[in-house]
Amino acid sequence: MIELKDINKTYNNGQPLHVLKGIDLNIEQGEFVSIMGASGSGKSTLLNILGILDNYDSGTYHLNGTLIKNLTEKQAASYRNRMIGFIFQSFNLISFKTAVENVELPLFYQGVPRRKRHELAMQYLEKLGLRDWAQHYPNEMSGGQKQRVAIARALITHPQIILADEPTGALDSKTSKEVMALLKELNRTEKITMVIVTHDSGVAAQTDRRIHISDGLIVND
Amino acid sequence: MRLDIDTYREIADSLVRNRSRSLLTGFGIFWGLFMLLALIGGGQGLKSMLLKNFEGFATNTAIVWESATTKPCKGFKEGRRWHMSYKDVERLRKMVPELETVTPVLSEWGITAEYGTSTASCSLKGVYADYANIESPKLKYGRYINSTDVLLERKVCVIGKRIYTSLFPEGGDPCGSFIKLGTAYYQVIGVDFNSGNISINGNADQAATVPLPVIRKIYNRGSYIDIICLTGKKGIRMSSLEERIRQILAREHYFDPTDKQALFYLNTEQVFSIMDNLFKGVNFLIWLVGLGTILAGAIGVSNIMMVTVKERTTEIGIRRAIGATPKDILSQIIMESISLTLMAGSAGIVFSVLVLQTVEKITKQSTFQINFWTAIAAAALLALLGVVAGLAPAVRAMQIKPVDAMRDE
Repeated sequence: MIELKDINKTYNNGQPLHVLKGIDLNIEQGEFVSIMGASGSGKSTLLNILGILDNYDSGTYHLNGTLIKNLTEKQAASYRNRMIGFIFQSFNLISFKTAVENVELPLFYQGVPRRKRHELAMQYLEKLGLRDWAQHYPNEMSGGQKQRVAIARALITHPQIILADEPTGALDSKTSKEVMALLKELNRTEKITMVIVTHDSGVAAQTDRRIHISDGLIVND
Repeated sequence: MRLDIDTYREIADSLVRNRSRSLLTGFGIFWGLFMLLALIGGGQGLKSMLLKNFEGFATNTAIVWESATTKPCKGFKEGRRWHMSYKDVERLRKMVPELETVTPVLSEWGITAEYGTSTASCSLKGVYADYANIESPKLKYGRYINSTDVLLERKVCVIGKRIYTSLFPEGGDPCGSFIKLGTAYYQVIGVDFNSGNISINGNADQAATVPLPVIRKIYNRGSYIDIICLTGKKGIRMSSLEERIRQILAREHYFDPTDKQALFYLNTEQVFSIMDNLFKGVNFLIWLVGLGTILAGAIGVSNIMMVTVKERTTEIGIRRAIGATPKDILSQIIMESISLTLMAGSAGIVFSVLVLQTVEKITKQSTFQINFWTAIAAAALLALLGVVAGLAPAVRAMQIKPVDAMRDE
């Protein structure tokens, strides 16, 4: 599913910063993986590369058999749209759109007709127990609800992978557990590959496989 | 680009979200377009109002009249009076073949016209039949002075509009009636409704035109004439004849041909070209001011869109992360910019049309309104401005990377 071979990444902001120093990683279809590491260890950079949000300097990255390298912006956008769902720490919902409009958005960029995408978005919100909140704006919802909207938005394109960056970072412990349970359930029932970046060992403990990254290298798998 | 109701809703949403900002920015465009169109309409209205003054007046005309000399010549002191005579008319006819018409005019001022109990003050103008080439009459009733009238020295007159309305307040065809002009009675043969304000010895609407020999006899005018009116043949510029005409008259009357005061040579071509230059200048200013204002408005839009893009970095980053291509973002920003300029600009077009319509109502002139194609051109200009104004901010937005969405947190 995900095949990383000797991925290197250097940031050149003034002083060159070698962030990833040769990452080799294989993640199979349907795995439930967490990536752990201290801040500055390179875990967010790794996630950005996995999510085709950022380029890498050398090595190869195959996603579902496709080599992800030197893509045009348009190709990258299309892969992100169809293959990857994102869940962010700060939810990253668009504040002036209602829950259902937020969920619809990826389908809008796929060119799905209006009526169809609205229907689908409502289905997913219902699945996540947010049917009554469909017409509410993000600032009217609790953190847990917002994250569930974000999850619905990630799921709506039927991605093969969901990449979550500290999905529970902004939530209290009770809702954290709920969200993790939800992700786990999605992994079990829908067979979606989940990659969760976190520094919370409690969160990592709920995953099937824990990858520790330190100073740009995988130290423990 | 995806054409979808949501695309439009999104544009409307983002414009409405910052309502006062959109309004203020739009006002720049609105005012720019209003200014441009109102000025264009006002300019063309004023121009045609001014040109109306020249109505019925041949554009290829010159008028000469004499005055006291200001330069000594051939032993004569300066300040000498001299007079043009009928011989000069013949001379000009013979010696300047480029002239189409050479016709003298005699005038009498402060004449009272009477008919029944009505009176009106007027001027008398004695002309030959070919005077119609100089000031073409707009005859409401009857006919103009013809050569038989002149030959037989008939006491007939063509009266101007104001004399007609004063003497015949009940209207109707006055031809055949006899009116008293000064000391003698004349039969009315025509009514001239020419309302141009160019006046050759008296306003056309206050003048009674009669055959020249009649005036010459009744007022004992001898062989002197007041003015000579000239028109050139087709394609002849009257200004090119001035020198020769001066030479001919100067030789005969012993004044210095360079003495511009001794002989006035009024060339309508000059007057028209002065008008023309004036309006060219006015037009240039109109476009300068109008386009400048619109441009300032467009720069305002561009600036505000820049700010908007900066504010929406996170939002745009999110959109990019979930699959928007750079082109999607580009078209979104440009569409917003076009919508803003088009809406504000259309309001400007509508408002200027309203204002010009009101001006037309008030002035009772129908020459102020901009025409349909000007409005269409203005709308096209707007769309173009929208694109141009949106371009820089859109490129900026396009450069936002999806990771920026997360970095901003």
